[in-house]
Amino acid sequence: MTNSKTETIIFWFMRSVTYSIVLIIAYIIFRIIYLGIPAVNWEFLTAMPRKSGAEGGILPAIVGTLCLMTGTIVVALPLGMAAAIYLSEYARQGKFTQVIRMAIITLAGVPSIVFGLFGLGLFVIFLNFGSSILSGCLTLACMILPIIIASSEEALRAVPLGIRQASLAMGATKWQTIRTNVLPYSFSGMLTGSILGVGRAAGETAPVLLTVAAFYLPKLPKSVFDQVMCLPYHLYILATQHPDADKIRPMQYGTALVLLTLVLGINLIAIIIRSKIRKKYKW
Amino acid sequence: MVKIKNKSKVVVNNLSFYYGDTQALFDISMDIPQKQVTALIGPSGCGKSTFIRNINRMNDTIDGTRVEGEILLDGNNIYRKGMNIVELRKNIGMVFQKSNPFPKSIFDNVAYGPRIHGEKNKSRLAETVEKSLKGAALWDEVKDRLDQNAMGLSGGQQQRLCIARALAIEPEVLLMDEPASALDPRSTARIEDLIGLLSQDYTIVIVTHNMQQAARVSDFTAFFYEGELIETGPTDEMFTKPKKQKTEDYITGRFG
Amino acid sequence: MQNWRKILFKEKAVKYTLAAAASMSILIVLLIFTFLGKEAFGFLYEPGLKELFHTRWMPVSSQRESFGLVPLICGSLLVTTMATIIMIPFGVGASVYIAELAKPRERETLKPFIEILACIPSVVIGFFGLLIIVPMVKKVFGLQSGYNALSGAILLALMAIPTVISISEDAIRSVPKDYKSASLALGASKMQTVWRVIVPAALPGIITAVMLGIGRVIGETMAVMMVTGNSALITGNPTESVRTMTATIAAEMGEVPFGSTHYKALFCVGIVLLIATFILNLIAFKILKKYRMIG
Repeated sequence: MTNSKTETIIFWFMRSVTYSIVLIIAYIIFRIIYLGIPAVNWEFLTAMPRKSGAEGGILPAIVGTLCLMTGTIVVALPLGMAAAIYLSEYARQGKFTQVIRMAIITLAGVPSIVFGLFGLGLFVIFLNFGSSILSGCLTLACMILPIIIASSEEALRAVPLGIRQASLAMGATKWQTIRTNVLPYSFSGMLTGSILGVGRAAGETAPVLLTVAAFYLPKLPKSVFDQVMCLPYHLYILATQHPDADKIRPMQYGTALVLLTLVLGINLIAIIIRSKIRKKYKW
Repeated sequence: MVKIKNKSKVVVNNLSFYYGDTQALFDISMDIPQKQVTALIGPSGCGKSTFIRNINRMNDTIDGTRVEGEILLDGNNIYRKGMNIVELRKNIGMVFQKSNPFPKSIFDNVAYGPRIHGEKNKSRLAETVEKSLKGAALWDEVKDRLDQNAMGLSGGQQQRLCIARALAIEPEVLLMDEPASALDPRSTARIEDLIGLLSQDYTIVIVTHNMQQAARVSDFTAFFYEGELIETGPTDEMFTKPKKQKTEDYITGRFG
Repeated sequence: MQNWRKILFKEKAVKYTLAAAASMSILIVLLIFTFLGKEAFGFLYEPGLKELFHTRWMPVSSQRESFGLVPLICGSLLVTTMATIIMIPFGVGASVYIAELAKPRERETLKPFIEILACIPSVVIGFFGLLIIVPMVKKVFGLQSGYNALSGAILLALMAIPTVISISEDAIRSVPKDYKSASLALGASKMQTVWRVIVPAALPGIITAVMLGIGRVIGETMAVMMVTGNSALITGNPTESVRTMTATIAAEMGEVPFGSTHYKALFCVGIVLLIATFILNLIAFKILKKYRMIG
C-alpha cells in the first residue's frame, strides 16, 4: 500500500465529512422552504391563531418575537456598548479588569435554560414582574450581553491608535476623543454584533419558556407586563404538544419558515453592514 | 541661516522617565530655544521619541509610566499638580511619524481642534482652516475639495494635512516625531521646506533618524544615546566638531 | 483653573459610569449564582443533599416522591458523550479541510455556509430531528421508537459542529507559516505536514474547540427535549429513551407550584448544569490563554 493512496483516502474522508455537513444544512433549509412556502400566506402572517394553533395565523407569535427582540436590544445595546468602551478604552491591566473578563466568559458559557431559571427567580418572582415581556427581555439581554461586548470591543479595537493619539495631542480630553473620533467610526461595527446577538435571542426558546412565553394567547400585548406568544415556542408547541401534531404539519413548516427567515434575515443584515464598513474604513 | 539668538521656550531640568520598572530617560537637562528648530537625533530606541512625548505629556496616556524632574514651558512646570493638560496640548501641537488624518473631510480634520476648544462660528472656522492649510502649504492642492475625505489624499498630502491640523489650534511649540520617515524623497523635501518656513513663527522640536535631515533643517541638535542626552549644541558645530567621541562615532556612521 | 477642575470631574464621571456598566457582567454572574443557589439551598435544607443521590427521578408520585439526579445526569452524560464522539471527526475533519486543504474560493464558500448552521434556532433543528432523524434512527436500527439518546446526540453534534469548526479552524490557521514551509522543505508531503506538524501545533486550540462544543451540548435544551423521549432511565444504551437535565427543567418548570420541593429540585438541576458548563469553559479558556491563541 503506497503512501499516496492513504493520503488520497484521508483527503477524501475529510472532504466528504465537510460536504456532508454542508448537505445537511442545505437539506434542512431547502425542506423548510419547500414545505413552508405553501403554508405562508397573508392570512397566516396577519391572523390570530384558532383551535389552539391548528388553524388561522401566527400574528401574535410574530409580534411577540419582535417585541422581545426590540426590548432586548434596547436593554442590552447601551449596556454592552458602555462595557466595551470601558474595557477597550479605559481599563488598565489589573484585578478589576480580570474579574470583569472572567465574568463575561462565564456568562457566555451559561446554558440558556439556566438563564431561564435565573430570569424566573429574579425578574418573574423576586422583582414581581410576572411572566411578561419585561422579564423576557431582561433575561435575554443578560444572555446576549457577552456577544455584544465581544463584538463591540472588536469594532473599537479596529480604530487605529494613531487616531486617538492625534486627537489627544490636540487637547481633546479622553471622552471627547472617544465621542468624536472613535465611536463614529466603530458604531456600525458595534451595531453588527448587537444584531447578531438579537438574532440569537429571537431564536431562543428555553429562557423565554420560563419568563414570558404563553402557550396559547390569541391577542396582542398591550404593555410590557403582558405575556406574549413567540415563534420558537409556538413551533415547539405545534410540533410536540398539539394533539393533532401530525395533521398540522403545514402550520409547523410555515412557522419554522417564518422563524428561519427572521433569524437568517437578521444575520444577513449584519453581514451586509459589516462589508459596508470594511469598504468605508480602510485604515 | 543666521538668526538672532532667542530666549528658551522650553527648559528641561533633570528629567527621568520610567515605563514600569524600566528607566527610559536618565536625568535629561536641556534648553529648547524659541522660534528655532531643534533636532533630536540618535539610534532607534535611544529615547528621543519618548522625550518628545514628555513635552506635551502624551506619555500620560500609557499605563504605568512615571516622571521625575521638571519641564518648564515659559517658566511654568508642566508636571506640576493641577496642570491643565488640555491647555498645555493646545499650546503644543504634535505631528506623528505615521500620518493619522481622521477619516473625516479635509475641512473637518483641520477644524477639529478649534471645534473641540469651543469655536462654533462658521466664518471664523473657515478662516482658520484656510490659514492653517496655507501654513502647511496644502491650500492650493485641496481648496476645491475641502469636503472630500482626507483618507483619499496622498501620503505626503496627508502628513501636511496633519501639520495643518496641528497649526489650527494655534500652538506655540510644534513637536514632530519623524514626520517624513514614511514619505518618498519629494514629499520629504516639501516637508523640510515647510519646517524652514514654520520656524519663523513656531518653536519646533523634530525627532529624526536621518542625520542629513537634521543638518538641513535644524538650528540646534541634541544627540540621545541609550536614554541619555550625550551632547547638545548648534547644529553646525555639532556636525563639524562634536565634543564627545560617541557623537562623532554616530555622526560619522560608525554605529546606529 | 476652575474650568480644568470641571473637565477633570466630567472625565471621571464618564469613566466611572462606563466602569459601572462593565461591572454589570459581574453583578449578573453573582445574581445567577445567588438566585439559583437560594432555591437550591432550600432543597439541601429540606429534604437534604442525600435525596439528590437517589437513583430515581419521580417528582410527582402518589406514594413517595423522589428527586434523584442520577438518571438525569446519566441521561445528559450519555447524550453528551455520544454527541462528542460524532462531533469530533466531523468538526475536526471539516476544520482541517477548510483551513488547509480547501482552495481559497472553496473556503470562502464553505465558511459562511457553516456559519448559517450556527444561526439556525435550536427549536428548528429539533423540528427537523423530529421529522427526519427520529424516523431514520428507528428504521436504520429496527427499533420500536426513534425517540432515544442517539437521535438527541445526532442533533446536538450538528448544533455544536459550527462552534468546533470555527474555533479549531482559527487555531489551525494561526500555526506559523514557517512550520509548514519547513516541513514541506524537508520533503514531507502535504498530508504528512498537515497531520504531523500543523494539527499537533494547533492541538490546544482544537481541544478548546471541542470543549466549548461540549459546553454547548450540555446546555442545549429544546432540540434534545424534542427527540430523546424523556424517560428518566439510568442507561448506557444509546437506543433507549433518556431525559437530560436541561429537558427536565424546561418540561417541568411550567407545572410546578412555586416554592415546592419539586421547584427547588429543578433549581438544583440548574446549579449542576451551571457548574458543569462553568468548569468546562474555564478549562477551555485556560488552555487558550496558555497557548496565547486569544488576546
